[in-house]
Formats: sequence, C-alpha cells, structure tokens
Amino acid sequence: MTGTSPVDPTLLVAVPIVASVLPVAATFVRERLGWPIAAATLSVHAGLAAVVCADALTGDPVTTAVGGIPEPFGIVLVVDALSAPFVALTAVVGLGALAYVRRAGPRSGPFFGLYLLLVAGITGVCVTADVFNLYVFLEISGLASYALVARADGGPAAVAALQYLLVGTVGASLYLLGVGYAYVATGTLSMAALSTAFAAGPGPGVGGTLPVVAFGLMAVGLGVKAAVFPLHVWKPRAYAAAPPAVAAVLSALVSTVAAYAVVRLLLSAFTVDLLRAVPAVETALVAVGVASVVAGSVLAFRAADVRRLLAYSSVAQFGIVAIGIALATPVGLVGVVIHLVGHAITKGGFYLAAGVLAASYGATTVDDYAGLGGRAPTVSVAIAVFALGLIGVPPTVGFAGKLYVLLGTVEGSAPVAGAVVLASTLTSLAYFGRLLQRLFVEPARPGADGPTEPPGRVDPHAGGGRAGTHTGEAASGDRDSDVAGPSSAPGPSPGMLAAIVVAAAAVVALGFGAAALGDLVEPTVGGLLG
Amino acid sequence: MTPASSPFEIPATLPGVVALQPLSTVPAVSTRLPYLVAVVLLGIGLVVLIDDDSLVKKVVGLNLFQTGIFLFLVTAAVRDGGRSPNLAGPGPYVDPVPQVLVLTAIVVGVAVTAVALALVVRIYRTYGSLREDVIREAMDR
Repeated sequence: MTGTSPVDPTLLVAVPIVASVLPVAATFVRERLGWPIAAATLSVHAGLAAVVCADALTGDPVTTAVGGIPEPFGIVLVVDALSAPFVALTAVVGLGALAYVRRAGPRSGPFFGLYLLLVAGITGVCVTADVFNLYVFLEISGLASYALVARADGGPAAVAALQYLLVGTVGASLYLLGVGYAYVATGTLSMAALSTAFAAGPGPGVGGTLPVVAFGLMAVGLGVKAAVFPLHVWKPRAYAAAPPAVAAVLSALVSTVAAYAVVRLLLSAFTVDLLRAVPAVETALVAVGVASVVAGSVLAFRAADVRRLLAYSSVAQFGIVAIGIALATPVGLVGVVIHLVGHAITKGGFYLAAGVLAASYGATTVDDYAGLGGRAPTVSVAIAVFALGLIGVPPTVGFAGKLYVLLGTVEGSAPVAGAVVLASTLTSLAYFGRLLQRLFVEPARPGADGPTEPPGRVDPHAGGGRAGTHTGEAASGDRDSDVAGPSSAPGPSPGMLAAIVVAAAAVVALGFGAAALGDLVEPTVGGLLG
Repeated sequence: MTPASSPFEIPATLPGVVALQPLSTVPAVSTRLPYLVAVVLLGIGLVVLIDDDSLVKKVVGLNLFQTGIFLFLVTAAVRDGGRSPNLAGPGPYVDPVPQVLVLTAIVVGVAVTAVALALVVRIYRTYGSLREDVIREAMDR
C-alpha cells in the first residue's frame, strides 16, 4: 500500500513509541543513558521524516494501511503536502529541544521516555487519516504533556499540570463525543469515507444536524488543545510552571497540531461544503478568532511574567489561525500552514531563550529584563528576532504567515477579520515593544543582580523549585538530576545557545522560504478545497 | 457466511454487520432512555469537575463525564434483535465498532485517571490539603 516513498509512514510513529520505553529501562543500568537514546531515536525519526516529507511535498501523498487492512475497516496513514510541514516541524523541534535539554535538564530516564511519547503522539496526529485514531494520538501526546509539565519541581508545577490534565481531558473527551456523532451519522471513522458519506449519504448531507454537531464538538475539543479564547485558561499557568525546554516543545507542537487537526478535519473529512451549507460555522470560527486576538493581546499586555506573556501571545496568534481556517480560501489556508509552522519555531525558540535568561540571571518578569541586552547579547538578539517574528516584521516568517492570512481575508471578503489581523500586529508591537525596550534601552534596575553574581534569587511565583545554589532551572528542573553533572557551570551551554541561534536563524530563513513552502502546499490545499 | 480464512483478509462485506449504514435508517432501540442517561452523566460530571473544591472529586467528575460518552457510544451500537458480532453465529449483529472505541477509550481514561491521581498525591504532599481554595491560598502566600 505504500505509495511513492521507500519509508512506511507507520515507522514515523512506531519508532519513537517503541523507543520510549528504552530510556526508562536504561535508568536501571546507568543514570545518564536517557539523552543518548532519545537523541539516537529522534535522529532516526528525523531521517525517516525527511524522506517521507520530501516524497510527499514533491510527488503524490504517501499512504499506508496499517496492518494491511484497507479502508474503511482499517486505519490509513497519509502524509501529503498538508501534513508534511507539520511532520517535519515535529522532527526538527524534537531534535532542537533535545540539544537544549542536554545541559538544561530535566535529564532523567522517565523524562526522555515521556519526551519520545510526546513526539510519537504529535507525529501520529499529523499522519493519521482516521478520526478515532486521531483521538488516541491526541491522548498519547496529551498524557505525555501533562506529565512533562509536572517534571518541574514544586507544588505549582503539579497544580498546573493537574489543571492542564482536567481541562485537556475534557477537550479530548468532547472530541471523542464528536467522533461518536460522526460515526452515528455515517457509520465510518475514516476521513475519506466520511467525506464520501457526507457528500452522497441519505439525509441532509453535511449540513445536517449530526455532522454539524459532530464538527462543533470536535472543533471545541481541539480548540481546548489549541488554546483559543475562552478555552485558553490552562495555558499560561502550565507553560509558566513547566521546565523551559518542556514549555518550548509544548508551545511549539501541542497547540500547533491541534490547529492542524481542525484544518485536516475541515478539508478531508467534513469538506468545505460544511461551511457553505452552514454559514453559522464560519461565523462562529471567525468570532472565536477575533475574540482570541483581542483577549490574547489585552492579557499579554497586562502580563508581568514573560512566560505568561508568551502564552497569551499564543492565544492571539491562534486567533489569526482560526480566522484563516474559517474563511477557507486557498491563500488563507496556505497562510495558516505557514503561520503555524513559523509561530511554532518562533515561540519555541523564545521559550528556550527565556529559559536561559531565567537560569542565568533569574529574570522571569518583563521588568527583570531591564538592561540584560548588554549582559547576554546573543540571547537578547535572538529574543529580538523572535519578538519581531511574532509581531510580523519582514523578513521573518511571522510576516509571511500574517500576509497570506490577510490576503485570505481579502479573498474571502471579510474586512472585519482582515482589520483584526492587521490590528494584531500593532497590539503585539505594544507588548513586545515593552519587552524589547526593557531589554535594550533601559539600564539595569538598581538592586538587581550584579553581572557576576550567580542567580540566587528565589522568586516565589516562578515555580518553587528554584532554590538558589544551582544555576536556576538547569538543576531545579528535575529532582532526579540534581545529584551531579555539568549543571554547576555558569551560563548556557553551547548546545543551549545553538538551539536558540538556529531557531532565530530559521525564523528569518523561513521568512524567505515561505513563498516556496506556500507553492508546495497550495496545490494540495486547492485540491482539498475542490 | 463463511468466516474470513486469514485474520488479515477482510471480506468486502461482513454478513449481518450494518457498519456502513447510518443509524437513522436502522431500526433503533425502542427507547431513548440510555441517551438521556448519557447526557445526565455528562452534565453531572462537568458540574462536579468545575464546581467542587476537592481535587479528588474533580477527578471523579472527569470520570463521570467520560462515562457519559462511553454510554452514548455503546447505545449507538445497539440494533433491534442484534446479537454479539460473532461471525460464526447467525445475524443480525450489534455494531461492533463503537464497542471497540469504548474499550480503547476506557483504557485511555484509566491512564488519565492514574496520572491525575499521581498529581493529586504530589499536591497533597506539598500543600497538605486536597481543597482547591486552600491550595490556592498557600500558593499565593
């Protein structure tokens, strides 16, 4: 059944999920085996993903029927030009954050097991063409992310993880209920068969009550994971409490693939006929998008903690994504793909950079950043690049994504949505400008830590584990790794800096490559739009 | 009516199984009561999850919420006069697919509950309480 690729897409999921038990088992042999195992596994995963994605982007979609059981009875995995960017993104982010984790921690065996599970689940969401299989992968990645948030020490991380779990599970359960509705309406779970059944089946077609309710429940469930307003409450606390590397990976992948899943369901399972038959669906999606942009911007402006600010900024950015999805124009959907991939790398890199500043200087709030530009020039310049990317200044990828979505609003003749997308640039300039002004213009506050002093500051709100002697999060991230290791060395390691610099370079490079990526994605999106 | 010769060979049409038939065209079970119970369970679960201050009860609420969904799916599988989908026996069969879904979802639910309770234990060790308001107060201090 494998199409044009020598690599079976099943391996993309099977390799990390099988390997996820190895770091846990290896802990019994030697303490430090987790990182090499994870690095080897994710290198293999990235290599496989590169082959599959190259084939999918340049040729026909790569498909495989799991276990050789064909549709509609079996589960089919598909990597086409729409899912390939997200598969590649998962592989790249997985490897990149690993370079950071090596020194910064957490470094225990269970952590790397969970990390591989997360990558497996996220990849699964990207490649599956079966709505129930998508639920299973959503829960695999969800469970891994709840546990990863809780890898940080202290009570706040556990409380944040539990809240994330409760909200996230309700979201996934609503998605499952939507799957039930879709199954009752059509008798199938395969996306391709669903679209056929909606188009040809008896009854009112895709505009009927059952399909609309099914899509609504699935979209709300995925909206919880994507953290659009008002379903975003879990995000700021979870990302602020998690270890920086975990916050980076979660912000880069979890919400991104949830938004991808909405696009995939809308295009492949429900088809745009749903939007044509029921205009209220489009209105609701646009309304959610606009509300997310407005609320996310206001909350980000009021946030004092940088990691909370970044989480609220994500809420606003996913509002733009929701607008792009709702209008369902070819240009707008290409913009959604570019914006999602670009935002993932930008925000992930931003969290890593914020983690370095928190570990090296104890800086967690916007005010703490005052004067750090001169003391940590590399990281600060990277932060400037990320901020410009999130604002949408050319030549970063943030500009390209917003431009495409904006063109989509023009094409879909939605002036209000277009104005909101434009205005979001100004509001993000307001809150990131505040940050950059502190970083580069303002002198260090009197009474702040001196440049030579290690970060002994204990911030009661910043995840109670930061207890002084170690280099901040470097060691406080994980109880198990507190014993020894290179964490006593001050400052970020080369691997940590490399991950941040590569992410910053990618933000600019993707800005130049966005048009090329758009050209690769566009035919598939156009074909799915019909 | 012969069963498939190999477990990996699926016949194009399974005798008696109405898997590809929308529910609306199948003679449904005579009562809507199970659906009503499912909705009630969903509601009770959600209220407990949101409203109760006890973290353990929140987890119980989450379980109730999921149970409502399981009940909904199992009810959707019922067919008038349907028997268990054993191909060696005579049809008609109940729809096996939703039951498989529920089985998988129960496993997922067990895993979620286990992680949630592990977190609750850790929170209790840190703050010495299971009440959300007490914990919030302790965190703000």
